[in-house]
Amino acid sequence: MTSATMTDAPSISSEKYEEKAFGFWIYLMSDAIIFALLFATYVVMLGNTAGGPTGKELFSLERAAGETTLLLLSSTTFGFASVALAASERSRVLLWLVVTLALGAGFLFLEYREFSGMIAQGAGPDRSGFLSSFFTLVGTHGLHVSIGTLCILVMIGQVLVKGLTTPVVSRLARLGLFWHFLDIVWVAIFSVVYLPGLL
Amino acid sequence: MDIFGRLTLDSLPFYSAIAASGAAATVLGALSVMAVITYFGAWRLVLFDWVSSIDHKKIGIMYIMLALVMLMRGFIDAAMMRSQQAIAYNNDGYLPPGHFDQIFSSHGTIMIFFMAMPFLSGLINLITPQQIGSRDVAFPFMNSVSLWLTTAGAGLVLISLVIGKFSTAGWTGYPPYSGAEYNPGVGVDYWLWAVLISGVGSTMSGINFLVTIIKCRAPGMYLFRMPLFTWTVFVTSVLMIFAFPALTVACCMLALDRTLGMHFFTNAMGGNMMNYINLFWLWGHPEVYILVLPAFGVFSEVVAAFSQKRLFGYISLVLATMAIGLLSFTVWLHHFFTMGSSADVNSFFGIMTTIIAVPTGVKVFDWLLTMYRGRIIFKPSMLYTIGFLVTFVIGGLSGVLLAMPPVDYLMHNTTFLIAHFHNMIIPGVLFGYLAGYMFWFPKAFGFKLNEKWGAWSFWCWIIGFYLAFMPLYVLGLMGMPRRMEHYDIAAWQPHLIIAAIGAFIILLGIVCLIVQLAVSIRDRKQALDLTGDPWNGRSLEWATSSPPAPYNFAVLPQVESVDAFWNMKERGVAYERPDHYVEIVLPKNTFIGAFIGGAVFVFGFAMVWYIWWLVILCLAAIVLALIVRASDDQSNITMPASTVQAIEDERFAQLAKAPRNEMGDEPGFVGEPVPEVST
Repeated sequence: MTSATMTDAPSISSEKYEEKAFGFWIYLMSDAIIFALLFATYVVMLGNTAGGPTGKELFSLERAAGETTLLLLSSTTFGFASVALAASERSRVLLWLVVTLALGAGFLFLEYREFSGMIAQGAGPDRSGFLSSFFTLVGTHGLHVSIGTLCILVMIGQVLVKGLTTPVVSRLARLGLFWHFLDIVWVAIFSVVYLPGLL
Repeated sequence: MDIFGRLTLDSLPFYSAIAASGAAATVLGALSVMAVITYFGAWRLVLFDWVSSIDHKKIGIMYIMLALVMLMRGFIDAAMMRSQQAIAYNNDGYLPPGHFDQIFSSHGTIMIFFMAMPFLSGLINLITPQQIGSRDVAFPFMNSVSLWLTTAGAGLVLISLVIGKFSTAGWTGYPPYSGAEYNPGVGVDYWLWAVLISGVGSTMSGINFLVTIIKCRAPGMYLFRMPLFTWTVFVTSVLMIFAFPALTVACCMLALDRTLGMHFFTNAMGGNMMNYINLFWLWGHPEVYILVLPAFGVFSEVVAAFSQKRLFGYISLVLATMAIGLLSFTVWLHHFFTMGSSADVNSFFGIMTTIIAVPTGVKVFDWLLTMYRGRIIFKPSMLYTIGFLVTFVIGGLSGVLLAMPPVDYLMHNTTFLIAHFHNMIIPGVLFGYLAGYMFWFPKAFGFKLNEKWGAWSFWCWIIGFYLAFMPLYVLGLMGMPRRMEHYDIAAWQPHLIIAAIGAFIILLGIVCLIVQLAVSIRDRKQALDLTGDPWNGRSLEWATSSPPAPYNFAVLPQVESVDAFWNMKERGVAYERPDHYVEIVLPKNTFIGAFIGGAVFVFGFAMVWYIWWLVILCLAAIVLALIVRASDDQSNITMPASTVQAIEDERFAQLAKAPRNEMGDEPGFVGEPVPEVST
């Protein structure tokens, strides 16, 4: 095969992007299984506190409410970015992405405070089976949010450098799926971890 | 804090002659491969045509090469175990217990994760896109990442032989024994990271294959026109996507227990080790079907081609495949009936396990009825298929026996179990993949494999299999536990000696496979496949040239029925040329996949040895590589119509010279339909 005669393909067909979106949905399903198993493990380990603190003693409704507010808001602002994307308004897309980024970072900051506070009072993940499963479940979600914020940062860069080209728009669409997915997982965390722990 | 973590010079295997020679063989093997590449001056070719390739056919071939290498390594482990047990009556044999434990752990790990999984991914990559009339998989770059992740995992298992030790906790790594308290060394970590890394690769492969099958089919290739191999790949992909996360979760939790002192599965502090066993088999049982279903697909293709008949019961085979896929998620508990669930729970899983034998039985009858009144041609792949049918049914029956919880309480952890699952996996998986390897080899390389040596390999494998594993059924009934390093019961030894002889005959089978490959390469000029259709095939992969052009199909085929290519030959349109060719968009080669694989390998190594700065460095490199790739909008190239025209001209010139039917002088060949060569 003579590669010298080949030329760069300018762009790929829209089918290709449909495939990517579909593949991304499948990935989300696979990721959902990971969270499902982490939730199952958490519920199984709920009573395994090994004499250590329980959720009731550790969780704070105010902080959980704060985290929830930030993340739900960030999902809304990403929605605004998608609306701006549909209207091809580059500066508005950028604005809402930056807002989303800030909210995501705020969420991560609150979660960091929560985790470091728990570890400081001797309730770290190595204290009991219950706390191992708590930190792993909530931490895995936090890791996803961190990756999501990194991706938002990269996409802000791409929008700045490349503009709203077809590949950039398709990437932003998939990032949106990812971000809203994390929101849904958080709602489950709030309902399964924090609410029953406090009520 | 040492910059090399817990890695010291004492980690090199100079403490034991056997371990040192294993390490030497690994290092020399790697060096000699490099020497051969250098001798032939082939580094450019290897790097730019293969390592960086994201062509699904080349990735498939590399997967199968990895699988064959790891088959050798896994078999050496098996041979060492069989010879140890044959002599270790009332003495220590030649392997100390710790070493013996590493060997059975690496044997299982290698055979499942680094032999069977790459072999499967290789065959799927090579064939599925062609069977559905596609030019590539849906995500060629992710395909390359999957390959190199699997290779990185295999690399970790191999390097554990040279630096440090491998796990002694068996291929399933049950805690609490695999936890840090009882196993503080690096062995379990090697196992963990090898399995985790390749598992992530497999999840991505599953997504890739599923999207390929759903989105990339040729016009007219409705789901119920897909060849059976593609159907089995479809179901296997679904299982991969939904089962592998369980392995990822179980392994991550064990890794967190070991490295961060968490208490998921520890003995005290609120750990629950039974949770690991549930999570592991939640993946582990579907995994059995992930491995076996594509082999069923291969058998379905082979049995139709060499019985010279249409596959019997196409719809029932598809439905049985789906039923098996569904049921495979409902039987995991039968791996640990003795854990002490209630009688009701155990009976539920016992009944489900028995039920899964029903769709499998349907398949066996479909294959038998395909052969019935067919004109059977005994090619090596057909021999493997017939050997499978007979042997697999025996294994299935012993499985139904084990599915009864009361019986399982007696048989649990005995060699009866070992005999049972080898009786399923050797014929059901390995014979299938070897049949596929011999069936599709001409498609990949353009010449056929030597049939005499292929037949010899089959006879050695099947005779060796019966000699090696039937005695283990007897030993299990006599109460011999699995994984015994030595024993003091005289009655066991004769059976173990017979089993060792069986292993030796299997070794001959492997030698035959190597000789077959060498002889076939030497004599390739006499066995060229010029038409691309060496077996008078039925599905679309035989419509391409052998080896296929980078784009597989210059013009996407129009599918009108099941057995699409057969139908095209009957209508006389199989070799029609279009008025003019158009340019074709292809993915551009990239080293990023291999780079990520390399970085992940170093990452795994650093995690094993607690070299934290290297862990961070590797993660940063991986993230950077992904960002670079995600910002690249020029990942495709266009092949101009003139190049396509030139490749196709050559193909049709070759076709014109070829015999009209490559199977024409085969004894017993029925001879229809003859491919029409229109130039």
